[in-house]
Amino acid sequence: MIGSQFVYAIVGASFAAYAWLSLFDRTNPRRFGNAAFWGLFALNLIAGTWLGDLANGGIVLALAALATFGLIGRGRPATDEETRAAEGERHGNRLFLPILLVIGIAVAGTLLYDYVPTLFGTGLFEKNRETLVLLCVGVLVALALAYAWLKPSPLAPVEEGRRLVDALGWAAVLPMMLASLGLVLADTGVGKTIGELVLTVIPTGAVLPAVLAFTLGMALLTILTGNAFAAFPVIATAIGVPLLVQAHHGDPAIIGAVGMLAGFCGTLLTPMAANFNVVPWALLELKDPNAVIKAQVGTALPLLAVNTALIYFLAF
Amino acid sequence: MMHYLPLLGILVIVVGFGLRFNPMAVVPAAALTTGLLAGLDLATVVAKLGKAFTDSRIIAIPWIVLPVIGLLERYGLQQRARAVIAGFRAATAGRLLILYLLYRQLISAIGLVATAGQAQTVRPLVAPMAVAAAEKGGPLDDATADRVKAYAAATDNVGAFFGEDIFFAIGSILLIQKTLEAYGIALSPLQLSVWAMPTAVAAFLIHAVRLLLLDRALAKERRS
Repeated sequence: MIGSQFVYAIVGASFAAYAWLSLFDRTNPRRFGNAAFWGLFALNLIAGTWLGDLANGGIVLALAALATFGLIGRGRPATDEETRAAEGERHGNRLFLPILLVIGIAVAGTLLYDYVPTLFGTGLFEKNRETLVLLCVGVLVALALAYAWLKPSPLAPVEEGRRLVDALGWAAVLPMMLASLGLVLADTGVGKTIGELVLTVIPTGAVLPAVLAFTLGMALLTILTGNAFAAFPVIATAIGVPLLVQAHHGDPAIIGAVGMLAGFCGTLLTPMAANFNVVPWALLELKDPNAVIKAQVGTALPLLAVNTALIYFLAF
Repeated sequence: MMHYLPLLGILVIVVGFGLRFNPMAVVPAAALTTGLLAGLDLATVVAKLGKAFTDSRIIAIPWIVLPVIGLLERYGLQQRARAVIAGFRAATAGRLLILYLLYRQLISAIGLVATAGQAQTVRPLVAPMAVAAAEKGGPLDDATADRVKAYAAATDNVGAFFGEDIFFAIGSILLIQKTLEAYGIALSPLQLSVWAMPTAVAAFLIHAVRLLLLDRALAKERRS
Protein backbone atom coordinates (compact mmCIF):
# COMPACT_ATOMS: atom_id res chain seq x y z
CA MET A 1 0.00 0.00 0.00
CA ILE A 2 1.37 3.39 -1.01
CA GLY A 3 0.69 6.13 1.52
CA SER A 4 2.10 8.73 3.88
CA GLN A 5 5.53 7.17 4.26
CA PHE A 6 6.01 7.15 0.48
CA VAL A 7 5.24 10.85 0.11
CA TYR A 8 7.32 11.78 3.18
CA ALA A 9 10.27 9.93 1.62
CA ILE A 10 9.91 11.68 -1.75
CA VAL A 11 9.51 15.16 -0.25
CA GLY A 12 12.31 14.39 2.21
CA ALA A 13 14.58 13.31 -0.64
CA SER A 14 14.01 16.64 -2.39
CA PHE A 15 15.01 18.54 0.78
CA ALA A 16 18.05 16.26 1.23
CA ALA A 17 19.10 17.22 -2.31
CA TYR A 18 18.65 20.95 -1.48
CA ALA A 19 20.87 20.41 1.58
CA TRP A 20 23.55 18.66 -0.49
CA LEU A 21 23.65 21.39 -3.16
CA SER A 22 23.67 24.11 -0.48
CA LEU A 23 26.80 22.58 1.00
CA PHE A 24 28.78 23.31 -2.19
CA ASP A 25 27.21 26.67 -3.06
CA ARG A 26 30.04 29.18 -2.71
CA THR A 27 27.76 32.09 -3.68
CA ASN A 28 25.90 31.64 -0.39
CA PRO A 29 27.85 33.03 2.59
CA ARG A 30 25.82 30.87 4.99
CA ARG A 31 25.93 27.64 3.00
CA PHE A 32 26.66 25.41 6.01
CA GLY A 33 23.63 26.83 7.82
CA ASN A 34 21.41 26.12 4.81
CA ALA A 35 22.80 22.62 4.48
CA ALA A 36 22.14 21.90 8.17
CA PHE A 37 18.64 23.44 8.06
CA TRP A 38 17.36 21.55 4.99
CA GLY A 39 19.29 18.42 5.99
CA LEU A 40 17.68 18.25 9.43
CA PHE A 41 14.27 18.91 7.93
CA ALA A 42 14.87 16.10 5.40
CA LEU A 43 15.92 13.78 8.23
CA ASN A 44 12.67 14.44 10.09
CA LEU A 45 10.56 13.95 6.94
CA ILE A 46 12.21 10.69 5.93
CA ALA A 47 13.03 9.10 9.28
CA GLY A 48 10.79 10.94 11.77
CA THR A 49 8.58 7.88 12.11
CA TRP A 50 11.46 5.90 13.64
CA LEU A 51 13.63 8.53 15.34
CA GLY A 52 11.68 8.76 18.57
CA ASP A 53 9.90 11.80 20.01
CA LEU A 54 12.85 13.28 21.88
CA ALA A 55 15.18 13.17 18.84
CA ASN A 56 12.48 14.77 16.69
CA GLY A 57 12.06 17.42 19.38
CA GLY A 58 15.81 18.05 19.20
CA ILE A 59 15.50 18.57 15.44
CA VAL A 60 12.67 21.06 16.01
CA LEU A 61 14.79 23.09 18.46
CA ALA A 62 17.82 22.96 16.13
CA LEU A 63 15.72 24.25 13.20
CA ALA A 64 14.40 27.03 15.42
CA ALA A 65 17.93 27.98 16.52
CA LEU A 66 19.31 28.03 12.95
CA ALA A 67 16.48 30.29 11.82
CA THR A 68 16.54 32.56 14.89
CA PHE A 69 20.27 33.24 14.82
CA GLY A 70 20.20 34.10 11.12
CA LEU A 71 22.35 31.16 10.09
CA ILE A 72 20.49 30.53 6.84
CA GLY A 73 20.97 32.63 3.70
CA ARG A 74 20.50 32.57 -0.08
CA GLY A 75 22.74 31.72 -3.00
CA ARG A 76 22.74 33.47 -6.37
CA PRO A 77 20.05 32.12 -8.73
CA ALA A 78 21.38 30.22 -11.75
CA THR A 79 19.37 32.32 -14.24
CA ASP A 80 18.20 35.94 -14.36
CA GLU A 81 14.84 37.51 -15.26
CA GLU A 82 15.79 38.45 -18.86
CA THR A 83 17.05 35.00 -19.83
CA ARG A 84 13.81 33.54 -18.50
CA ALA A 85 11.64 35.99 -20.48
CA ALA A 86 13.54 35.17 -23.69
CA GLU A 87 13.17 31.44 -23.00
CA GLY A 88 9.42 31.88 -22.45
CA GLU A 89 9.13 33.56 -25.85
CA ARG A 90 10.86 30.56 -27.46
CA HIS A 91 8.89 27.76 -25.77
CA GLY A 92 5.37 29.21 -26.01
CA ASN A 93 2.26 27.97 -24.25
CA ARG A 94 3.49 24.37 -24.16
CA LEU A 95 5.32 25.47 -21.00
CA PHE A 96 2.01 25.11 -19.17
CA LEU A 97 1.78 21.45 -20.08
CA PRO A 98 3.96 19.97 -17.27
CA ILE A 99 2.32 21.96 -14.46
CA LEU A 100 -1.16 21.23 -15.86
CA LEU A 101 -0.12 17.58 -16.01
CA VAL A 102 0.70 17.63 -12.28
CA ILE A 103 -2.73 19.08 -11.46
CA GLY A 104 -4.49 16.86 -14.03
CA ILE A 105 -2.96 13.63 -12.73
CA ALA A 106 -3.91 14.51 -9.15
CA VAL A 107 -7.50 15.44 -10.12
CA ALA A 108 -8.24 12.69 -12.64
CA GLY A 109 -6.31 10.06 -10.72
CA THR A 110 -8.16 10.75 -7.45
CA LEU A 111 -11.56 10.72 -9.17
CA LEU A 112 -10.81 7.51 -11.06
CA TYR A 113 -9.42 5.75 -8.00
CA ASP A 114 -12.25 6.79 -5.68
CA TYR A 115 -15.17 6.15 -8.01
CA VAL A 116 -14.12 3.10 -10.04
CA PRO A 117 -14.82 0.19 -7.65
CA THR A 118 -12.33 -2.19 -9.27
CA LEU A 119 -9.54 0.35 -8.77
CA PHE A 120 -10.58 1.29 -5.24
CA GLY A 121 -10.88 -2.41 -4.40
CA THR A 122 -7.18 -2.94 -5.06
CA GLY A 123 -6.37 -0.89 -1.93
CA LEU A 124 -3.32 0.45 -3.74
CA PHE A 125 -3.30 3.78 -1.84
CA GLU A 126 -3.64 4.50 1.88
CA LYS A 127 -7.13 5.81 2.70
CA ASN A 128 -7.49 9.60 2.18
CA ARG A 129 -3.88 9.89 0.99
CA GLU A 130 -4.52 9.11 -2.69
CA THR A 131 -4.46 12.77 -3.80
CA LEU A 132 -1.08 13.45 -2.14
CA VAL A 133 0.47 10.27 -3.54
CA LEU A 134 -0.84 11.16 -7.00
CA LEU A 135 0.50 14.71 -6.61
CA CYS A 136 3.97 13.21 -6.14
CA VAL A 137 3.45 10.84 -9.07
CA GLY A 138 2.34 13.81 -11.20
CA VAL A 139 5.52 15.69 -10.27
CA LEU A 140 7.68 12.73 -11.32
CA VAL A 141 5.81 12.38 -14.65
CA ALA A 142 6.05 16.14 -15.30
CA LEU A 143 9.78 16.10 -14.58
CA ALA A 144 10.28 13.17 -16.96
CA LEU A 145 8.40 15.08 -19.67
CA ALA A 146 10.40 18.24 -18.99
CA TYR A 147 13.70 16.34 -19.21
CA ALA A 148 12.72 14.81 -22.54
CA TRP A 149 11.47 18.07 -24.04
CA LEU A 150 13.54 20.91 -22.57
CA LYS A 151 16.73 18.88 -22.05
CA PRO A 152 17.91 20.78 -18.96
CA SER A 153 21.11 19.81 -17.19
CA PRO A 154 20.49 16.79 -14.92
CA LEU A 155 20.58 18.84 -11.71
CA ALA A 156 18.47 21.76 -13.02
CA PRO A 157 15.16 20.81 -11.30
CA VAL A 158 16.94 20.48 -7.95
CA GLU A 159 18.87 23.75 -8.51
CA GLU A 160 15.67 25.60 -9.35
CA GLY A 161 13.73 23.95 -6.53
CA ARG A 162 16.49 25.10 -4.19
CA ARG A 163 16.20 28.65 -5.56
CA LEU A 164 12.52 28.66 -4.51
CA VAL A 165 13.05 26.96 -1.17
CA ASP A 166 15.91 29.32 -0.27
CA ALA A 167 13.61 32.25 -1.08
CA LEU A 168 11.06 30.72 1.30
CA GLY A 169 13.66 30.08 4.00
CA TRP A 170 12.23 29.19 7.40
CA ALA A 171 8.72 30.04 6.16
CA ALA A 172 8.76 26.56 4.56
CA VAL A 173 8.97 24.96 8.02
CA LEU A 174 6.91 27.41 10.08
CA PRO A 175 3.51 25.83 9.28
CA MET A 176 4.58 22.53 10.86
CA MET A 177 6.04 24.41 13.80
CA LEU A 178 2.72 26.16 14.39
CA ALA A 179 0.71 22.99 13.94
CA SER A 180 2.80 21.34 16.65
CA LEU A 181 2.31 24.32 18.96
CA GLY A 182 -1.43 23.90 18.42
CA LEU A 183 -1.18 20.26 19.49
CA VAL A 184 0.84 21.19 22.61
CA LEU A 185 -1.71 23.87 23.53
CA ALA A 186 -4.55 21.37 23.16
CA ASP A 187 -2.65 18.77 25.19
CA THR A 188 -2.05 21.09 28.13
CA GLY A 189 -5.67 22.24 28.35
CA VAL A 190 -5.05 25.85 27.30
CA GLY A 191 -7.96 25.77 24.85
CA LYS A 192 -10.31 24.56 27.57
CA THR A 193 -9.30 27.37 29.90
CA ILE A 194 -9.96 29.94 27.17
CA GLY A 195 -13.35 28.33 26.52
CA GLU A 196 -14.23 28.77 30.21
CA LEU A 197 -13.09 32.39 30.13
CA VAL A 198 -15.31 33.13 27.13
CA LEU A 199 -18.27 31.73 29.06
CA THR A 200 -17.63 33.96 32.10
CA VAL A 201 -17.50 37.09 29.92
CA ILE A 202 -20.65 36.58 27.82
CA PRO A 203 -24.16 36.23 29.32
CA THR A 204 -25.66 33.12 27.81
CA GLY A 205 -29.23 32.98 29.10
CA ALA A 206 -30.76 34.04 25.77
CA VAL A 207 -30.19 32.36 22.40
CA LEU A 208 -28.49 35.23 20.55
CA PRO A 209 -25.70 35.87 23.10
CA ALA A 210 -25.09 32.12 23.29
CA VAL A 211 -24.79 31.90 19.48
CA LEU A 212 -22.46 34.89 19.49
CA ALA A 213 -20.33 33.33 22.23
CA PHE A 214 -20.12 30.18 20.10
CA THR A 215 -19.17 31.74 16.74
CA LEU A 216 -16.93 34.47 18.19
CA GLY A 217 -15.34 31.92 20.52
CA MET A 218 -14.58 29.69 17.53
CA ALA A 219 -13.05 32.60 15.61
CA LEU A 220 -11.08 33.91 18.60
CA LEU A 221 -9.61 30.57 19.66
CA THR A 222 -8.72 29.88 16.02
CA ILE A 223 -6.95 33.24 15.80
CA LEU A 224 -4.94 32.41 18.93
CA THR A 225 -4.03 28.83 18.00
CA GLY A 226 -4.07 29.18 14.20
CA ASN A 227 -6.20 26.10 13.79
CA ALA A 228 -9.98 25.71 13.70
CA PHE A 229 -9.54 21.96 14.19
CA ALA A 230 -8.00 22.61 17.61
CA ALA A 231 -10.68 25.15 18.48
CA PHE A 232 -13.73 23.10 17.56
CA PRO A 233 -13.68 20.36 20.21
CA VAL A 234 -12.97 22.99 22.88
CA ILE A 235 -15.72 25.43 21.95
CA ALA A 236 -18.22 22.69 21.11
CA THR A 237 -17.64 21.14 24.53
CA ALA A 238 -17.75 24.45 26.40
CA ILE A 239 -20.58 26.24 24.56
CA GLY A 240 -21.93 24.42 21.50
CA VAL A 241 -23.30 21.24 23.01
CA PRO A 242 -24.30 22.26 26.59
CA LEU A 243 -25.80 25.65 25.70
CA LEU A 244 -26.92 25.64 22.08
CA VAL A 245 -27.96 21.99 21.66
CA GLN A 246 -28.98 20.86 25.17
CA ALA A 247 -30.28 24.06 26.81
CA HIS A 248 -31.70 25.88 23.77
CA HIS A 249 -32.52 22.79 21.61
CA GLY A 250 -30.71 23.91 18.46
CA ASP A 251 -30.13 21.64 15.45
CA PRO A 252 -26.72 20.01 16.07
CA ALA A 253 -25.96 19.47 12.35
CA ILE A 254 -26.24 23.20 11.58
CA ILE A 255 -24.46 24.25 14.77
CA GLY A 256 -21.58 21.87 14.15
CA ALA A 257 -21.08 22.49 10.43
CA VAL A 258 -21.48 26.28 10.48
CA GLY A 259 -19.56 26.59 13.75
CA MET A 260 -16.50 25.04 12.12
CA LEU A 261 -16.83 27.53 9.25
CA ALA A 262 -16.96 30.40 11.77
CA GLY A 263 -13.58 29.09 12.90
CA PHE A 264 -12.33 29.19 9.31
CA CYS A 265 -13.16 32.92 9.28
CA GLY A 266 -10.68 33.20 12.16
CA THR A 267 -8.08 31.28 10.13
CA LEU A 268 -8.23 34.05 7.51
CA LEU A 269 -7.27 36.61 10.18
CA THR A 270 -4.23 35.15 11.92
CA PRO A 271 -0.48 34.93 11.22
CA MET A 272 -0.66 31.75 13.32
CA ALA A 273 -2.17 29.99 10.28
CA ALA A 274 1.22 30.26 8.61
CA ASN A 275 0.74 27.96 5.65
CA PHE A 276 -2.17 30.09 4.43
CA ASN A 277 -1.16 33.58 5.53
CA VAL A 278 2.64 33.65 5.94
CA VAL A 279 3.85 31.19 3.28
CA PRO A 280 2.34 33.25 0.41
CA TRP A 281 4.21 36.31 1.71
CA ALA A 282 7.49 34.43 1.21
CA LEU A 283 6.39 32.53 -1.87
CA LEU A 284 5.16 35.62 -3.74
CA GLU A 285 7.98 37.79 -2.35
CA LEU A 286 5.63 40.41 -0.87
CA LYS A 287 6.98 43.30 1.22
CA ASP A 288 4.35 43.41 3.96
CA PRO A 289 4.25 40.17 6.03
CA ASN A 290 0.57 40.88 6.78
CA ALA A 291 -0.44 41.60 3.18
CA VAL A 292 -2.49 38.41 2.76
CA ILE A 293 -4.39 38.90 6.03
CA LYS A 294 -5.15 42.50 5.06
CA ALA A 295 -6.62 41.25 1.78
CA GLN A 296 -8.81 38.78 3.73
CA VAL A 297 -10.24 40.92 6.54
CA GLY A 298 -12.97 42.33 4.32
CA THR A 299 -14.19 38.84 3.46
CA ALA A 300 -13.69 37.18 6.85
CA LEU A 301 -15.65 39.65 9.02
CA PRO A 302 -18.87 39.81 6.94
CA LEU A 303 -18.72 36.04 6.52
CA LEU A 304 -18.43 35.58 10.29
CA ALA A 305 -21.59 37.68 10.64
CA VAL A 306 -23.29 35.51 7.99
CA ASN A 307 -22.33 32.33 9.85
CA THR A 308 -23.68 33.73 13.12
CA ALA A 309 -26.95 34.66 11.39
CA LEU A 310 -27.19 31.22 9.73
CA ILE A 311 -27.00 29.46 13.09
CA TYR A 312 -29.37 31.91 14.79
CA PHE A 313 -32.06 31.74 12.10
CA LEU A 314 -31.75 28.16 10.82
CA ALA A 315 -30.85 26.11 13.89
CA PHE A 316 -33.53 27.48 16.23
CA MET B 1 -5.64 30.03 39.58
CA MET B 2 -2.86 27.54 38.77
CA HIS B 3 -4.55 26.32 35.61
CA TYR B 4 -4.44 29.84 34.16
CA LEU B 5 -0.62 29.77 34.19
CA PRO B 6 -0.19 27.91 30.87
CA LEU B 7 -2.09 30.79 29.23
CA LEU B 8 1.18 32.72 29.45
CA GLY B 9 2.19 30.68 26.38
CA ILE B 10 -0.53 32.52 24.45
CA LEU B 11 0.86 35.79 25.83
CA VAL B 12 4.31 34.84 24.48
CA ILE B 13 2.76 34.42 21.03
CA VAL B 14 0.77 37.66 21.10
CA VAL B 15 3.71 39.73 22.37
CA GLY B 16 6.25 37.93 20.15
CA PHE B 17 4.21 38.40 16.98
CA GLY B 18 3.32 41.93 18.05
CA LEU B 19 6.98 42.91 18.44
CA ARG B 20 7.79 41.16 15.13
CA PHE B 21 10.29 38.73 16.60
CA ASN B 22 11.21 35.82 14.34
CA PRO B 23 8.21 33.44 14.51
CA MET B 24 10.64 30.50 14.45
CA ALA B 25 11.81 31.66 17.90
CA VAL B 26 8.42 32.75 19.23
CA VAL B 27 6.56 29.53 18.46
CA PRO B 28 8.85 27.00 20.20
CA ALA B 29 9.25 29.46 23.08
CA ALA B 30 5.48 29.57 23.47
CA ALA B 31 5.27 25.78 23.37
CA LEU B 32 8.01 25.40 25.99
CA THR B 33 6.44 28.09 28.22
CA THR B 34 3.03 26.42 28.06
CA GLY B 35 4.39 22.93 28.68
CA LEU B 36 6.65 23.88 31.58
CA LEU B 37 3.94 25.99 33.28
CA ALA B 38 1.53 23.06 32.91
CA GLY B 39 3.94 21.15 35.14
CA LEU B 40 5.73 19.00 32.55
CA ASP B 41 9.50 18.59 32.67
CA LEU B 42 11.70 19.87 29.85
CA ALA B 43 12.39 16.50 28.19
CA THR B 44 8.66 15.69 28.10
CA VAL B 45 7.83 19.04 26.50
CA VAL B 46 10.57 18.68 23.88
CA ALA B 47 9.38 15.13 23.11
CA LYS B 48 5.78 16.35 22.82
CA LEU B 49 6.91 19.08 20.44
CA GLY B 50 8.88 16.54 18.39
CA LYS B 51 5.95 14.14 18.17
CA ALA B 52 3.52 16.91 17.20
CA PHE B 53 5.93 18.24 14.55
CA THR B 54 6.41 14.77 13.07
CA ASP B 55 2.65 14.13 13.13
CA SER B 56 2.20 17.33 11.06
CA ARG B 57 4.48 16.31 8.18
CA ILE B 58 1.51 16.09 5.84
CA ILE B 59 1.57 19.91 5.70
CA ALA B 60 4.97 19.82 3.92
CA ILE B 61 3.84 17.61 1.02
CA PRO B 62 2.89 20.43 -1.42
CA TRP B 63 6.58 21.52 -1.46
CA ILE B 64 7.13 18.54 -3.78
CA VAL B 65 5.99 20.74 -6.70
CA LEU B 66 8.89 23.22 -6.24
CA PRO B 67 11.35 21.45 -8.62
CA VAL B 68 8.76 21.39 -11.43
CA ILE B 69 7.74 25.01 -10.91
CA GLY B 70 11.34 26.15 -10.52
CA LEU B 71 12.39 24.36 -13.70
CA LEU B 72 9.46 25.73 -15.73
CA GLU B 73 10.22 29.21 -14.38
CA ARG B 74 13.77 28.87 -15.68
CA TYR B 75 12.23 28.40 -19.11
CA GLY B 76 9.92 31.40 -18.67
CA LEU B 77 6.65 30.06 -17.16
CA GLN B 78 5.72 33.28 -15.31
CA GLN B 79 6.42 35.43 -18.38
CA ARG B 80 4.30 33.04 -20.44
CA ALA B 81 1.43 33.24 -17.94
CA ARG B 82 1.53 37.01 -18.26
CA ALA B 83 1.61 36.89 -22.06
CA VAL B 84 -1.47 34.66 -22.19
CA ILE B 85 -3.52 37.02 -20.04
CA ALA B 86 -2.38 40.04 -22.05
CA GLY B 87 -4.06 38.35 -25.02
CA PHE B 88 -7.53 38.37 -23.42
CA ARG B 89 -9.08 41.80 -23.85
CA ALA B 90 -11.86 41.35 -21.30
CA ALA B 91 -9.57 39.99 -18.57
CA THR B 92 -9.21 42.06 -15.40
CA ALA B 93 -7.52 41.03 -12.17
CA GLY B 94 -10.88 40.88 -10.38
CA ARG B 95 -12.70 38.85 -13.05
CA LEU B 96 -9.80 36.42 -13.36
CA LEU B 97 -9.72 35.87 -9.60
CA ILE B 98 -13.50 35.38 -9.49
CA LEU B 99 -13.11 32.57 -12.04
CA TYR B 100 -10.32 31.06 -9.95
CA LEU B 101 -12.44 31.40 -6.78
CA LEU B 102 -15.21 29.41 -8.44
CA TYR B 103 -12.75 26.76 -9.66
CA ARG B 104 -11.12 26.53 -6.22
CA GLN B 105 -14.47 26.11 -4.44
CA LEU B 106 -15.71 23.48 -6.90
CA ILE B 107 -12.50 21.45 -6.94
CA SER B 108 -12.39 21.52 -3.11
CA ALA B 109 -16.07 20.59 -2.84
CA ILE B 110 -15.41 17.33 -4.70
CA GLY B 111 -12.56 16.42 -2.37
CA LEU B 112 -9.61 17.69 -4.42
CA VAL B 113 -8.52 20.49 -2.11
CA ALA B 114 -4.85 19.45 -2.33
CA THR B 115 -4.69 19.70 -6.12
CA ALA B 116 -4.38 23.49 -5.96
CA GLY B 117 -2.78 25.84 -3.45
CA GLN B 118 -0.24 28.58 -2.83
CA ALA B 119 2.66 26.50 -4.20
CA GLN B 120 0.76 24.39 -6.73
CA THR B 121 -1.24 27.10 -8.52
CA VAL B 122 -0.92 30.60 -7.01
CA ARG B 123 2.83 31.14 -7.40
CA PRO B 124 3.24 29.69 -10.94
CA LEU B 125 -0.09 30.68 -12.53
CA VAL B 126 -2.71 32.70 -10.65
CA ALA B 127 -0.56 35.50 -9.18
CA PRO B 128 1.40 36.32 -12.38
CA MET B 129 -1.81 36.17 -14.41
CA ALA B 130 -3.65 38.49 -12.01
CA VAL B 131 -0.77 40.98 -12.09
CA ALA B 132 -0.65 40.81 -15.89
CA ALA B 133 -4.40 41.47 -16.09
CA ALA B 134 -4.03 44.46 -13.77
CA GLU B 135 -1.06 45.73 -15.79
CA LYS B 136 -3.11 46.01 -18.97
CA GLY B 137 -4.35 49.42 -17.86
CA GLY B 138 -0.76 50.59 -17.44
CA PRO B 139 2.31 49.71 -15.37
CA LEU B 140 1.77 49.04 -11.63
CA ASP B 141 3.97 50.33 -8.83
CA ASP B 142 5.41 47.67 -6.50
CA ALA B 143 2.89 48.27 -3.71
CA THR B 144 -0.06 47.83 -6.07
CA ALA B 145 1.43 44.71 -7.66
CA ASP B 146 1.90 43.31 -4.14
CA ARG B 147 -1.73 44.05 -3.34
CA VAL B 148 -2.92 42.16 -6.44
CA LYS B 149 -0.69 39.20 -5.55
CA ALA B 150 -1.99 39.23 -1.96
CA TYR B 151 -5.54 39.11 -3.32
CA ALA B 152 -4.55 36.10 -5.47
CA ALA B 153 -3.28 34.30 -2.34
CA ALA B 154 -6.38 35.36 -0.38
CA THR B 155 -8.69 34.07 -3.13
CA ASP B 156 -7.06 30.65 -2.96
CA ASN B 157 -7.57 30.52 0.82
CA VAL B 158 -11.20 31.65 0.69
CA GLY B 159 -11.99 29.18 -2.11
CA ALA B 160 -10.35 26.26 -0.31
CA PHE B 161 -11.78 26.94 3.16
CA PHE B 162 -15.35 27.50 2.01
CA GLY B 163 -15.42 24.72 -0.55
CA GLU B 164 -13.75 21.80 1.20
CA ASP B 165 -16.41 21.24 3.87
CA ILE B 166 -19.01 20.47 1.21
CA PHE B 167 -17.04 17.28 0.63
CA PHE B 168 -18.30 14.81 3.23
CA ALA B 169 -15.07 12.85 3.69
CA ILE B 170 -12.87 15.82 4.64
CA GLY B 171 -11.09 15.86 8.01
CA SER B 172 -13.02 18.77 9.50
CA ILE B 173 -16.41 17.15 8.84
CA LEU B 174 -15.20 13.91 10.43
CA LEU B 175 -13.91 15.89 13.42
CA ILE B 176 -17.33 17.55 13.92
CA GLN B 177 -18.98 14.15 13.68
CA LYS B 178 -16.65 12.58 16.25
CA THR B 179 -16.93 15.51 18.68
CA LEU B 180 -20.74 15.44 18.64
CA GLU B 181 -20.84 11.65 18.85
CA ALA B 182 -19.24 11.86 22.29
CA TYR B 183 -22.50 13.51 23.45
CA GLY B 184 -24.71 10.84 21.89
CA ILE B 185 -25.53 13.01 18.87
CA ALA B 186 -25.31 10.67 15.88
CA LEU B 187 -25.02 12.44 12.51
CA SER B 188 -23.80 11.19 9.14
CA PRO B 189 -21.04 13.18 7.41
CA LEU B 190 -23.49 14.01 4.63
CA GLN B 191 -26.00 15.53 7.10
CA LEU B 192 -23.21 17.87 8.21
CA SER B 193 -21.64 18.70 4.86
CA VAL B 194 -24.90 19.95 3.28
CA TRP B 195 -24.84 22.75 5.86
CA ALA B 196 -21.52 23.96 4.47
CA MET B 197 -23.32 25.06 1.31
CA PRO B 198 -25.04 28.27 2.50
CA THR B 199 -21.71 29.60 3.80
CA ALA B 200 -19.97 28.55 0.57
CA VAL B 201 -22.44 30.62 -1.47
CA ALA B 202 -22.10 33.58 0.90
CA ALA B 203 -18.29 33.36 0.76
CA PHE B 204 -18.40 33.38 -3.04
CA LEU B 205 -20.72 36.41 -3.17
CA ILE B 206 -18.83 38.45 -0.56
CA HIS B 207 -15.39 37.76 -1.99
CA ALA B 208 -16.53 38.23 -5.61
CA VAL B 209 -17.93 41.67 -4.76
CA ARG B 210 -14.61 42.56 -3.13
CA LEU B 211 -12.73 41.43 -6.23
CA LEU B 212 -14.90 43.65 -8.42
CA LEU B 213 -14.21 46.51 -5.99
CA LEU B 214 -10.50 45.76 -6.38
CA ASP B 215 -10.89 46.26 -10.14
CA ARG B 216 -12.59 49.60 -9.55
CA ALA B 217 -9.92 50.70 -7.08
CA LEU B 218 -7.18 49.77 -9.56
CA ALA B 219 -8.88 51.70 -12.35
CA LYS B 220 -9.35 54.73 -10.10
CA GLU B 221 -5.71 54.75 -8.94
CA ARG B 222 -4.66 54.77 -12.56
CA ARG B 223 -6.81 57.78 -13.46
CA SER B 224 -5.50 59.87 -10.61
